[in-house]
Amino acid sequence: MRELNVQEITAAVKKMCMASNYDLGEDVYNCLKESRKTETTEVGKNILDMIIENADISKNEQVPICQDTGFAVVFIELGQEVHLIGGSLNDAINEGVRQGYIEGYLRKSIVEDPLRRVNTKDNTPAVIYIDMLPGDSFKITFVPKGGGAENMSEVKMMKPADGEDGVKDFIIDRVTRSGANPCPPIVVGVGIGGTFEKSAMLAKKALLREIGERHTDPYYAGMERELLERINRIGIGPQGLGGKTTALDVFIEAHPCHIASLPVAVNINCHAARHKSATL
Amino acid sequence: MKVITTPLSNTDVEDLRAGDTVKITGIIYTARDAAHKRLVDLLDQGKELPFDINGQLIYYVGPSPAKPGQAIGSAGPTTSYRMDPYAPRLIEAGQKGMIGKGEMGPEVVEAMKKHKAVYFAAVGGAGALIAKSVKKSEIVAYEDLGAEAVRRLEVEDFPAVVVQDAHGGNFYVEGKENFVKSLS
Repeated sequence: MRELNVQEITAAVKKMCMASNYDLGEDVYNCLKESRKTETTEVGKNILDMIIENADISKNEQVPICQDTGFAVVFIELGQEVHLIGGSLNDAINEGVRQGYIEGYLRKSIVEDPLRRVNTKDNTPAVIYIDMLPGDSFKITFVPKGGGAENMSEVKMMKPADGEDGVKDFIIDRVTRSGANPCPPIVVGVGIGGTFEKSAMLAKKALLREIGERHTDPYYAGMERELLERINRIGIGPQGLGGKTTALDVFIEAHPCHIASLPVAVNINCHAARHKSATL
Repeated sequence: MKVITTPLSNTDVEDLRAGDTVKITGIIYTARDAAHKRLVDLLDQGKELPFDINGQLIYYVGPSPAKPGQAIGSAGPTTSYRMDPYAPRLIEAGQKGMIGKGEMGPEVVEAMKKHKAVYFAAVGGAGALIAKSVKKSEIVAYEDLGAEAVRRLEVEDFPAVVVQDAHGGNFYVEGKENFVKSLS
């Protein structure tokens, strides 16, 4: 049994709140640069130039890439041999969010009730998911998730008869209907299978992959490639103004499901596809 | 590239066409969901708005807090369709344009045609870059809303693209169609 003081978790979360919002990951940055080379429309090229310049400014000046510094979504991989001491895990994470968002000049975008809508003023509470694993490791991933792209996401309970083609068409349709709203070029996370909520979780988790990282199953890897190609023929382009670069990547996660069901979830991320991880 | 200065007249608005790249200089006001609700509530009650809306542009933005020495924090556009229920009322009251991202609905387009107004897209997710064109920012109403308060911004060469114009032109549709045509 390894002991881990939750104060370390607070400190790590605080740091990740700022780092993820200031520094666009190299994978996304490099993909934007590559996309600039292959973009065919003038307006698309101009927009990509501005997005790349923006990432340079935010990194150099340590300011938010986007004013929407997101809902604090936290994934924990907790080794079952780890004994957390010094307080509650949830409280420690929220304290890290509070400190990170206040001290890092990040926007507070959370209201304490969805209908009465009063801002909590410190961006808490975080949405926290805990996976229990064997061993004594502790990994934390911080994902600031913007509202605009989240709003373009959807879960659909499809029929098993809809099959692979039906699933692909739903994904293409979801992206097409989103248009300029989720700040393209987007990253598309897809969850197929499981239950209603499991598919949504898979779609969210799919977004944690690095740009270019294909599914380990060649079947799904092929589907990811095909979908990316189809999406980049729709024509939405950077910021919806027309062009090739509608998506930077498509990630699929699949899970066993009920004989009666075919749940499919599409979770969309904007081009500021931010996330940071730490192992404690 | 067209250089435009606020406030806008009907002629200024009519000169702008979907697809035009512009740089905006002058005063613009910020408001998003919560502020729009309050502004329209005031109009419903026959009361005065907290600023003179005639000829003005409203930028749909909720900036991040300014660091010491900054006029404003990161300040990119938020998605505009959420303001569809409110925008026609404000256009009727004299607003000449919106700055945001994503297509606005048919009810807004109707109001834009009838009362002459124009809709610009700013680059979503380029908040750090856009902040450079904001020279001054002050809260004029609803300070309690935090990031959603109404601000008066002094901007210089604020980069934008006309996406929906007062003649019914829609660059979201045209831009996509042009690209698809280029594939065949």
